[in-house]
Amino acid sequence: MFFLSIFLPLLSFFICVSLKDFFKSQQLSFISCSLLFMASVCSLLSLIGLKIEEEKVIILGNWISSGSLDLNWAIQLNLLTGSMVLMVNFVSTLIHIYSVGYMNKDPKNILFMGYIGLFTFFMLFLVSSSNLVQLFLGWEGVGLTSYLLIGFWNYKDSANKAALKAFIANRVGDFGLLLALFSIFIIFGTLNINEIMVLVNSHVDTYFEFLGARIHAITLICILLFVGCMGKSAQFGLHVWLPDAMEGPTPVSALIHAATMVTAGVFLLIIMSPLLEASSFSRDFILIIGSITCLFASSVAIFQNDIKRIIAYSTCSQLGYMFMAIGASAYSAAYFHLLSHAFFKALLFLGAGCVIHSMSDEQNIKKMGGLFNKIPLTYFTMLIGSFSLLGLPFFSGYYSKDIIIELLYLSESKFSFYFFLASVLGVLFTSIYSVRLLIYVFHGKSNSDEKVIAHIHESPMIMIIPLVILSSFAVFFGMFSQSFFFGSDHLDNWSQLMHINKKVDEFYIYENVPTLFRKLPLIMIVIGSSMCFLLYFSFRKSVLPFFKVNFSWIFSFFKNKWYIDELYEKLILRPTIYLGKGFWKSIDKDLIDNLGPDGISRVIQSFSLVVSRLQSGYLYHYVLSVVIGLTLLISLYNYIF
Amino acid sequence: MEPIHYLVLSSIVFSIGFLGIFINRKNIITILMSIELMLLSANINFVGFSYTLDDLSGQIFSLFILLVAAAEAAIGLAILMIFFKKSGSISIDKISNLKG
Repeated sequence: MFFLSIFLPLLSFFICVSLKDFFKSQQLSFISCSLLFMASVCSLLSLIGLKIEEEKVIILGNWISSGSLDLNWAIQLNLLTGSMVLMVNFVSTLIHIYSVGYMNKDPKNILFMGYIGLFTFFMLFLVSSSNLVQLFLGWEGVGLTSYLLIGFWNYKDSANKAALKAFIANRVGDFGLLLALFSIFIIFGTLNINEIMVLVNSHVDTYFEFLGARIHAITLICILLFVGCMGKSAQFGLHVWLPDAMEGPTPVSALIHAATMVTAGVFLLIIMSPLLEASSFSRDFILIIGSITCLFASSVAIFQNDIKRIIAYSTCSQLGYMFMAIGASAYSAAYFHLLSHAFFKALLFLGAGCVIHSMSDEQNIKKMGGLFNKIPLTYFTMLIGSFSLLGLPFFSGYYSKDIIIELLYLSESKFSFYFFLASVLGVLFTSIYSVRLLIYVFHGKSNSDEKVIAHIHESPMIMIIPLVILSSFAVFFGMFSQSFFFGSDHLDNWSQLMHINKKVDEFYIYENVPTLFRKLPLIMIVIGSSMCFLLYFSFRKSVLPFFKVNFSWIFSFFKNKWYIDELYEKLILRPTIYLGKGFWKSIDKDLIDNLGPDGISRVIQSFSLVVSRLQSGYLYHYVLSVVIGLTLLISLYNYIF
Repeated sequence: MEPIHYLVLSSIVFSIGFLGIFINRKNIITILMSIELMLLSANINFVGFSYTLDDLSGQIFSLFILLVAAAEAAIGLAILMIFFKKSGSISIDKISNLKG
């Protein structure tokens, strides 16, 4: 059953790719959607059939057996992987259905369905693998399909560039992950996840000797693992690809760059949580990077004008929250936020897709406005998504995000209060950009031209239904599953799968976090949204231009994303290009080519010219040389013997 | 007759043939004739030593050489004919197709 839930999306890919010339696109879309639906049903059934503490490992075959390295193709079913597989399949099914409507007029729409099926398979493969090498295969597979899908509209130059950027930025992270795998194998002698967890305690005091420095092995492994996660989950430093990845079709942004692939890093750190617990330095490192990402992305999102980029930066900052939760050892909170974020962020992206669809492919929010009564269903679902993202009470984002903020306050780190403040500030920024997005898109005067306005229409039902389903999850998921993640009687369920601080349950949080701090996020939301309302409705004419004139450097700083891209261009790209050109010109062309192939051929040419001059063509010259040679040979013969 | 006389005679004949090849720069027929001379000098050696050593096999050998020389002359002349038809000349100075 669980096997089917993982391999049905792969089947969908093969059907879509191999039969696309023989069937109509509608039939194939139907087949791939129903396959995905079946996969979701299978994963639901296998999760229901699973006893709470049970763990099943289904071995499909032997993969690598070399020395002490013994790897199987195996999928692992437990509470964690089962629920993750269910989430991925579920969101993917909805997005398959949505893409049938969204990609309706695209000539390559069947290929698109195939690609997202392949992506879903790799993601499921990553999640359910029982050893790290198989996980790495899925990890690279989602990277590959992400590349294919970002560059799906490959007639656009920007799409190709964005795809390449995503691939290369991910390569940096993947290198870190590979190094982590190598060092895990050196230290633990195995790559099986469960075996590593058993062995962690016996290697707490292992050190690497490297160039005379003693490095704590587990800290090194954790940092390297986190570098891998930084690439995949777009943390500060390697985040540059995520906003550009919005060049892909919107369903891709929803599926890959919001709900599933970018959370792979969080997932990896959750399953490796016992390792992280052995190294407080790496947890502090994760906290720092997570908090920077959270603040950076949410502050940049305030100043962007592209609807999809705003949501992309929002994804980035929410991932920052998840990593902060991991750094604060609140792994179940990170997982809880991962799941609820998947629902509301997929909802937001799909809603943005509907807006773009009805605005005739316009993505600039300054050219929208006044849409709320023209596309009411989309407006309503976007509203729910934004509320959930903000963390308004009783939406699912409220439960997951607030608990992270409270746990940050309680974390053991020395700077826990700073991280707590950073997360609260992140909430403020989040509320500002979300409200700004809603105001610009749905309220106020319409700023687009008449042709577009005349064409505004609600999206077809096939696109609205996934939105409605997702919004019901964005509302109710947190409410119903909160106790499952934090109820004191459920903490035991998770403790086998990840590190759980059993002391911290609902009541502990309630007693130890002051009321003011617990209400602080809510206060921030009120401040942020009222600031937005005031700025855009009351002081639009007076305050905003004043700031724009007098503090234009602030605006351009945030608008240009803290100049990170420019910095990378100056620091890394340019030198690399210069270095490459230098190597190409001086080493490759001048040295190697000149001395190697070209040089040898030149020597041979000139030597053969000399030799060919001996061939005069006159018979008597040849005869003379024969005679001279003979004479020489004979005299030599006489001389020696 | 001492063997030295044969040797001197054959050396003289050989040298005439040898010099004939590359002092002569006019035509190929002379070269063919010179080669015949060189073969002949070898024959003289064979016959002379066969007489001195009282061994008939040397003379039989010289018959073989004559045979080969005749065949070679025939083939050489045939090649010459064809070459003349093709290039209209058998002057050595003009034949330098092998030049590198």
